[in-house]
Amino acid sequence: MTTPARSLPRDRASGSLPDKVTQWFARKGWRPHQHQLQMVEAARQGRSALLIAPTGGGKTLGGFLGSLIELVETPARGLHTLYISPLKALAVDVHRNLLEPLSEMGLEIMAETRTGDTPQSKRQRQRKSPPNILLTTPESLALLLSYADAGKMFRSLRCVVIDELHAMAPNKRGELLSLGLSRLAALAPEARRVGLSATVAYPDEMEAFLSKTGRAGGGDVTRIEGGGAVEAKARILIGGDRLPWSGHMGTYAVNEIYAAIRAHGTTLVFVNTRAQAELVFQALWRINEDNLEIALHHGSLAAEQRRKVEAVMSKGGLRAVVATSSLDLGIDWAAVDLVVQVGAPKGSSRLLQRIGRANHRLDVPSKALLVPANRFEVLECQAALSALRAGQLDGDAPNPGGLDVLAQHILGTACSAPFHPDALYREVVRAAPYRDLTREEFDSVLEFVATGGYALRAYDRFNRLERFADGTLAVASPAVARSYRMNVGTIVEAVTLKVRMKRGRFLGEIEEYFVQGLIPGDTFIFSGQLLRYEGLRETVVEVSPGQGEDPQVPAYAGGRLPLTTHLADGVRALLEADELWPTLPAPVEEWLRVQQWRSVLPKRDRLLVEIFPRGERYYMVAYCFEGRNAHQTLGMLLTKRMERAGLDPLGFVATDYVIAVWSLQPARDIETLFDQDMLGDDLEAWMAESSLLKRTFRNVAVIAGLIERKLPGHEKTGRQVTFNADLIYDVLRKHEPDHILLRATRADAARGLTDIRRLGELLVRVQGKIDVRILDRVSPLAVPVLLEIGRESVHGGALTTLLEEAESDLIAEAMGGDMQGALPL
Amino acid sequence: MVALLLPRLDRNGTPFDSTGMIDFTLNGATLLADPSGALFWPERRMLVVSDLHFEKGSAFAARGVPLPPYDTAASLGRLEAVIARHRPETVICLGDSFHDQGAPERASADALTRVRALTARHDWIWIAGNHDPEPDPVWGGRTLPQTVLGPLVFRHEAVETAGAGEISGHYHPKARVRLRGRSASGQCFVTDGNRLMMPSFGAFTGGLDVTSPEIRRLFPRRFEILFLGPDRLYRFPNSALLPSRVLAV
Repeated sequence: MTTPARSLPRDRASGSLPDKVTQWFARKGWRPHQHQLQMVEAARQGRSALLIAPTGGGKTLGGFLGSLIELVETPARGLHTLYISPLKALAVDVHRNLLEPLSEMGLEIMAETRTGDTPQSKRQRQRKSPPNILLTTPESLALLLSYADAGKMFRSLRCVVIDELHAMAPNKRGELLSLGLSRLAALAPEARRVGLSATVAYPDEMEAFLSKTGRAGGGDVTRIEGGGAVEAKARILIGGDRLPWSGHMGTYAVNEIYAAIRAHGTTLVFVNTRAQAELVFQALWRINEDNLEIALHHGSLAAEQRRKVEAVMSKGGLRAVVATSSLDLGIDWAAVDLVVQVGAPKGSSRLLQRIGRANHRLDVPSKALLVPANRFEVLECQAALSALRAGQLDGDAPNPGGLDVLAQHILGTACSAPFHPDALYREVVRAAPYRDLTREEFDSVLEFVATGGYALRAYDRFNRLERFADGTLAVASPAVARSYRMNVGTIVEAVTLKVRMKRGRFLGEIEEYFVQGLIPGDTFIFSGQLLRYEGLRETVVEVSPGQGEDPQVPAYAGGRLPLTTHLADGVRALLEADELWPTLPAPVEEWLRVQQWRSVLPKRDRLLVEIFPRGERYYMVAYCFEGRNAHQTLGMLLTKRMERAGLDPLGFVATDYVIAVWSLQPARDIETLFDQDMLGDDLEAWMAESSLLKRTFRNVAVIAGLIERKLPGHEKTGRQVTFNADLIYDVLRKHEPDHILLRATRADAARGLTDIRRLGELLVRVQGKIDVRILDRVSPLAVPVLLEIGRESVHGGALTTLLEEAESDLIAEAMGGDMQGALPL
Repeated sequence: MVALLLPRLDRNGTPFDSTGMIDFTLNGATLLADPSGALFWPERRMLVVSDLHFEKGSAFAARGVPLPPYDTAASLGRLEAVIARHRPETVICLGDSFHDQGAPERASADALTRVRALTARHDWIWIAGNHDPEPDPVWGGRTLPQTVLGPLVFRHEAVETAGAGEISGHYHPKARVRLRGRSASGQCFVTDGNRLMMPSFGAFTGGLDVTSPEIRRLFPRRFEILFLGPDRLYRFPNSALLPSRVLAV
């Protein structure tokens, strides 16, 4: 964009800001941050800009400043700036925060949000006469791009601001967004991009995402670092001297957490799971003698309730909020004085972002307390703090883009206007996740979109896309476009059900799978209270207030993240370095000393396996430190092998740190048991049958547009005639194992299985380096995992065994012998 | 996260043989339920399957949802296999054998040939269903609205007031069984000793939970299900089932 009106050099202190903006800063008593000025400069040059900065520090304003200046200097009609955020709530929040400076600066700039909640009439008006600034989500952008008037609407676009880029880039929403950005680059070639990202381990990948070349170093992106790293005053808090051996809830330290809340103005108490949020919240209120305003915030609560908490919080009306990752993203809170992380942090980047929520200002160190829930978590917290001090970050790097997302994008493009495959391919490979996409892959996906892409050419007369003489393609019917718009997006959520008090108010939503395990009369904790399950009415879960203290059914365990490789290594290092143990809490040091005396400590580059008898069984405990998901797979494979070796394995349990298997015979020949070929045949056979691939296929099929999303209320029509994704998977796997959707499924499963990769690396690493200790009793280090036995729910995989067990239990209990006789025959 | 790998238990008192079948009696007739979802009546050398829904995939494709075109071949393959196992003289298809009346035009030449070969080799009865009130003569076999054979009545959709011995399909019954805090869901036969409802045999057919009112009104008292496990049938009383009216995608 050219702005001939401004050529005068301006006061260096305020960079090249127009008077209205400079005066606004002055009236506020603020000075623009260095990084904000750099952002303005990049905008002046028409360059894209990537701002990497910790939470806070006027990042969002920096993203908009360039656009505001352009609009002040050259008022224009039509859409100028598109702002994209991962959360509807964040778009709404940023909109509110933007309106204030706009009105204070006296700017006549129209800014509006557009999300799934925007009324139909407003959405139509926005397409005809768009605001200058539109704040929206990746899904709403995809929808806008699918309309025939997309070209007209986006022609005037000059800037796209992508907020919380780090949260979107590594997943499918980011992939969809990257393709949308490529489309926008074709419709509005002049539009620059602005990316706002937290500090991440992979800044090059963020730059590649933002670049119109799809690569880092493409030359079109100015990288701007905002402020230094968060200096955190963080320490570990132990509740009294009763440090638990196992468990993940951390409620044992509730008195200390409460004291910390009382000693600070506003505290954010972060936990790892929604179940933990409920329990910690309850525990705090049980001892809340001062009636401090303590609230609860997690993703399952009714949106209205969450908004209420957010609103009171931002006014400074709360002393504490117990929250899950639903508060991880940057909704702006007023002043937070303290962050408490209850339970292990699981990753240093995650911890850094959470800690960054305390004192949302760059110049003041954040204050944080880490409350480990058990002894191993003490080690993990210690490792996380060391990583933080050393500035080491972890987290997932973006993957190659999913073919299912590409299929959705191709169909969306075809809904808008005819396109030529050559042109669309050139456009797609300029999106970072798809930069290495081959033409063959592209053509296969295109063929899937057009005809289903089956080798058996049965459907050629039912094409979804129509081919024109000039080689272009477009949707064959308005019905196809309608179906696309109903199914847009990459979030295939678990089916959730509304929870309602009998004849009362809605409390929130809960996953269907959790409800399926309940029978009327069961009690569970939700929304901060003990509830009794009454039954399912249509698609609503009816509950009543529960009696007593403890729930019969443990709350759902969603959202448990495995330990990152990085932190795992930190824990291993700490175990090996006994000179550091005196820095640990006394009970932990003692625990490790006794372990040293009774057995040995796991060495950093070796695998320790302990074998000991207990009761009628033999236990084998392997200290792998690869995260619970990897350990679960390992458990499956190990027990299979032990079965073949005649060791009569009975079961296993996995934690983030170790795996324990118990059997009737003592395990022997450990080297063979852990041989790396375990990941070959055994794994493949297991994967093919496992529910993992089926679940992945279901998501891929929905995103790619093979299966339509189930719309709420659809299920009520008595006769259930919908087809089943599992059956389609089985049929396709048998008849066309190389179909593009199965290829996409395998790629997805493989990348979802960083755990399998970790497992593979472990097995290779420990070949010939296994330390086996035969003990006469359980070792101190093995106690935590043994305590998990019976506490955790049964893991899937052994369906046949479970069915037989359930059947025989029930028959023995209810029928007392032959069932036939008991029936009224 | 504990996986239990118990040794396989002997099944005292539950009759099933190594092929995973379960026998039971319905209005005096001894029947064998097959884990494929088919039913065999040894005395009459008769095999019964329900709700084949041939050409369901292509019916969706014609509406712009390109499901894999392999469902008919897959269902046919399973049907041929169960026929080869039991060598019946008579085969009854309990209705909704074809997803719609347009099936013959969309079916492959191979499917047509294979169905015709089956209908030519057996006494083949198509019971009329709501999806296929009049199967095309091109498939061979004969069509009946319903049929009575000895103590048994075969019809597509159960009649609430029917007497003993009714065998029907239509509802694609599914059930959810509670397994220590988890659950497994799958297709099943449903019987109360009076009537029998068969699972669907077709490759792409979803299901309706047996605890739904539509099925419960037909089995108002105690009933049992024969649950189609990976390689055999499992028997559960209705008290072991979890209610579930909502199914995942």
